[in-house]
Amino acid sequence: MQDDNSILKINNVEVKYHEVILVIKGVSIEVPDGGIVALLGANGAGKSTILKAISGLLKHEDGQVTDGSIQFMGQRIDRMPPEKIAKLGIVQVIEGRRVFEHLTVEQNLKVGAHMRKFGRSIKEGLEMVYHYFPRLYQKRNETAGFISGGEQQMTVVGRALMTSPKLILLDEPSMGLAPLLIHEIFNIITRLNAEEKISILLVEQNAKLALNVAPYAYVLESGRIVMNDSAEKLRENPDIKDFYLGMTDLGGRKSFRDVKHYKRRKRWLT
Amino acid sequence: MDLILMTLATGIMVGGIYALVALGWVLIYKCSGVLNLAMGEMTLIGAYVSLSFYSMGIPFLASLLIMLVIGFILGILVERIFLDRLIGEPVLTVIMVTVGLSFFFKGTLEFIWGTDTRVFSPPVFSIEPIRFGPIIIGSVYLWSFMAAIILLVVFVCFFKYTRWGLAMQATADDEMAALSLGVSARYVYAAAWAIAFMAAGVGGTLLGNINGLNISVAYLGLLVLPVVVLGGLNSVPGAILGGVIIGVLQNFCGAYLDQFFPGGVKEIAPFAFMAVFLLWKPYGIWGWERIERV
Repeated sequence: MQDDNSILKINNVEVKYHEVILVIKGVSIEVPDGGIVALLGANGAGKSTILKAISGLLKHEDGQVTDGSIQFMGQRIDRMPPEKIAKLGIVQVIEGRRVFEHLTVEQNLKVGAHMRKFGRSIKEGLEMVYHYFPRLYQKRNETAGFISGGEQQMTVVGRALMTSPKLILLDEPSMGLAPLLIHEIFNIITRLNAEEKISILLVEQNAKLALNVAPYAYVLESGRIVMNDSAEKLRENPDIKDFYLGMTDLGGRKSFRDVKHYKRRKRWLT
Repeated sequence: MDLILMTLATGIMVGGIYALVALGWVLIYKCSGVLNLAMGEMTLIGAYVSLSFYSMGIPFLASLLIMLVIGFILGILVERIFLDRLIGEPVLTVIMVTVGLSFFFKGTLEFIWGTDTRVFSPPVFSIEPIRFGPIIIGSVYLWSFMAAIILLVVFVCFFKYTRWGLAMQATADDEMAALSLGVSARYVYAAAWAIAFMAAGVGGTLLGNINGLNISVAYLGLLVLPVVVLGGLNSVPGAILGGVIIGVLQNFCGAYLDQFFPGGVKEIAPFAFMAVFLLWKPYGIWGWERIERV
């Protein structure tokens, strides 16, 4: 993973909120051009913060990259405002399906095309989104606040597609969705990666899902990368099995008594 | 009976102007969360600018257009200079800055145009009233109302169909998500102030045509507060409806209560009504149900 065809390089990045709270403590991640990389971790590990550091939204929450650098296609982006980063071709899909509730589905998509100035390219973009998400076409004139959760997630991903991105930062697309829908959305994500050559950095709590989609993954805990390897190796790793896949060595379900020892067994932490 | 109908008609027409000013106010509030207390002075600035050009002999429509351009520029300047650096500061700080702005504007206006009442002369609209059966309405009111309606339609179309309009609505809904799509929040704020300044300016010009122009027109501009509180702070249709309600209310108070309490009923009534209304419906008519402490 250290060859030079990476589209995104995060070097030893440190993030502070309100100038005092250190959230990310020296994280390095690489995303290969045209690849999918997963970022795993529990609640509060700092996954979303890393994505916001890349997209520049961090500044909006009074956060700052205080050390290290972020490079996108050879260009340093950690000091840029979010709209410039978006123009370079990075789009973040914020967690929690944040549609513009009072706009219709199609208007949502059109906001995604805000950076395209010409009517024709907006139309092409809409066609592409409807090609991947035929369901959105049926709902295109409905108010986005009232459609189902799965459709909202599709709207949000489709909206991101409208920016014609090179890299999508996907934050927990599976959150609160039914398994069938999750399956559908992840299918589309892999298709987007294969057909449109869009690189993807995927943040997930559902490690099983993420490791199925991404060939390479990083594991983040309390602001540090504690492990990174190919998906197959991570799936075999006993700790990952225990903590993220919820399996014992025998492949059966864990009993609650074992789970209670969770904290003690995290031996890779300082 | 005729008096009721006539008061109603006049009220609705004045309400149209209030609605226009209120629209600008709601826009700023929705997009950037700034509670703007300088709206009254903004109406006044627009009114004085168009009056000045009109007195130079430029046709009314042309001076209105010039005023729109100047209002646009002033709006962007005010946002750039005063409010841009306050993004992320506590709400109260921002409100106080708008109070400061209102004093600053008022002082500047008195300095440039003095405190005497000025009128559009020769009158823009004919003094001959227009008759609809039993109802008699001054043509000023009718034309003002029509101008307000046209502008409201233009604004609504702008929000619905243009790139920037959609971006502004999106920012109002979810600023973070809009930012992630490459919408520049700073441009959106500036655009909101520019549009608000233009709307206020047109409103002020029309009000100036009705009553003549002096500092007290700023007070009429401040009527946006009861208007928007009534309609719900962040609802555009609410602002329009609120404008009409306040206009009608004011005219009825003027027609029926003024004889008992001479002087200020017309001015106080909207605020008194607002206070009572808030007890009953704290979010306004169409406001988003979320607790806002104003």
